[in-house]
Amino acid sequence: MTSYAYYPGCSAKATGASYEESLLSVAKVLGIELDEIDDWNCCGATAYFSVREKLAMAISARNLALAEQQGKDIVAPCSACYLGLAKANKYLKEFPKTRETVCGALNAAGLEYNGDVEVLHALEIFIKEPMLSKVKASVKHPLTGLRVAGYVGCQMVRPYGFDDAEYPEALDIITDALGATPVPYPMAARCCGGSQIMTNEEVALRMSKNVLLAAEKAGADCIITTCPLCHMNLDMFQAKVNAHFGTNFSIPVLYFTQLMGMAFEASGLGIEKNLVAPSAGLAAHL
Amino acid sequence: MEAQAPVIRLERGMKPDFLEEIYEIPGGENIKDCIQCGTCSGSCPAAPDMEHTPRQIIAMIRAGMRDEVLASNTIWMCASCYMCQERCPSQIKITDIMYALKRVALAEGKANPKASYMAQVFVDNINTYGRNDERMLIFNYYLKTNPGKFLSYAPIGMSMISKGLLSMGAPERIKNIDQIRKIVAYVEKEGTA
Repeated sequence: MTSYAYYPGCSAKATGASYEESLLSVAKVLGIELDEIDDWNCCGATAYFSVREKLAMAISARNLALAEQQGKDIVAPCSACYLGLAKANKYLKEFPKTRETVCGALNAAGLEYNGDVEVLHALEIFIKEPMLSKVKASVKHPLTGLRVAGYVGCQMVRPYGFDDAEYPEALDIITDALGATPVPYPMAARCCGGSQIMTNEEVALRMSKNVLLAAEKAGADCIITTCPLCHMNLDMFQAKVNAHFGTNFSIPVLYFTQLMGMAFEASGLGIEKNLVAPSAGLAAHL
Repeated sequence: MEAQAPVIRLERGMKPDFLEEIYEIPGGENIKDCIQCGTCSGSCPAAPDMEHTPRQIIAMIRAGMRDEVLASNTIWMCASCYMCQERCPSQIKITDIMYALKRVALAEGKANPKASYMAQVFVDNINTYGRNDERMLIFNYYLKTNPGKFLSYAPIGMSMISKGLLSMGAPERIKNIDQIRKIVAYVEKEGTA
């Protein structure tokens, strides 16, 4: 059985609960063990790095140390967590001064980290063979005719990541494997506004509007996402985008794991928790 | 309207040390290779709303315009999407430089107060609980910056409660918060945070 140290991240325990629910559900179907890191803490996200860099990395590295104790690589479903952990992991290897401070801080807390953990995004574990074949073999209800805009946003593909930073294809590979149709989507790797939704709301709403507009133009029945913050901006704030710009978007936004679960006919996907109601095209497969 | 006199800056009034500070950031030394092509500004989704575009910020850093750069709303409007950094033909770590500018601005009390407050609330949250409680973050941020705005979240908040996406319980603290405290104390003591 494939087994990973699972790092849920803060959103997965709150606004992104249906991401975790659906991820665990499809992982079970595929025989992937996601062993939650005991007593994990925040990854640092963008905000902590804005205030203290080495400290953000030291706090993030506590999770790396805990995963190393488990002897497993880390899987993070949230793109911001993925980057926070991956950045700490990379800087520890590349910059000796950072390593010295961070390892010193971990030691002070009774922990140690030797750099043996790899940080993976949840999408990454499904698209590599032999798992991709297993995904295809697990499809009970092919999502034939469903037009899907695969949206990866930013931090899963930039500045690191396993998919192309401008023309990502991992979500299209998954969509295709589920029997659905990926639509050409030029905004696939553009920003939703991220946490600017709090600090500069109008700027973030405009960015989300552009992401929604491209999906509508492409005739997508739904958007799939790989990050709880992207999901929040595109789904929960879609009504606010409409109110602000006089648009009339009604595009369902799913976590890619919810789409996988639909094709697997798995239970516990949390689709009913998404705010934008299913479109006709999506409802036909629910 | 009376035309504003152009600001003329003499080289002796500039602060060349600022460039040296940026060199200190891991990867920051590439800033000297900037060709002012504007690819960063053209790739930035927030550029239309910024006081200074990313290209201008780089030029201002190199010109030693330290105070203007640190007070600019630009650095707090960066959504950290890394598109500028991805595309920069001179491999300048522009997004990472924006992070560094935020830290310097905060440390010196020159940061745009409203925009920077969110980051500080976030850090307090993590140092206290070990994790980010989204409710505490939103509540504390708006309480301090714009209490009226908090009310505009009511419709979204109500939908979230009805979908069970907003917990009603008290914020949870991780078991070993003591480890976080020790990590914070160690790095702060080193003074290189």
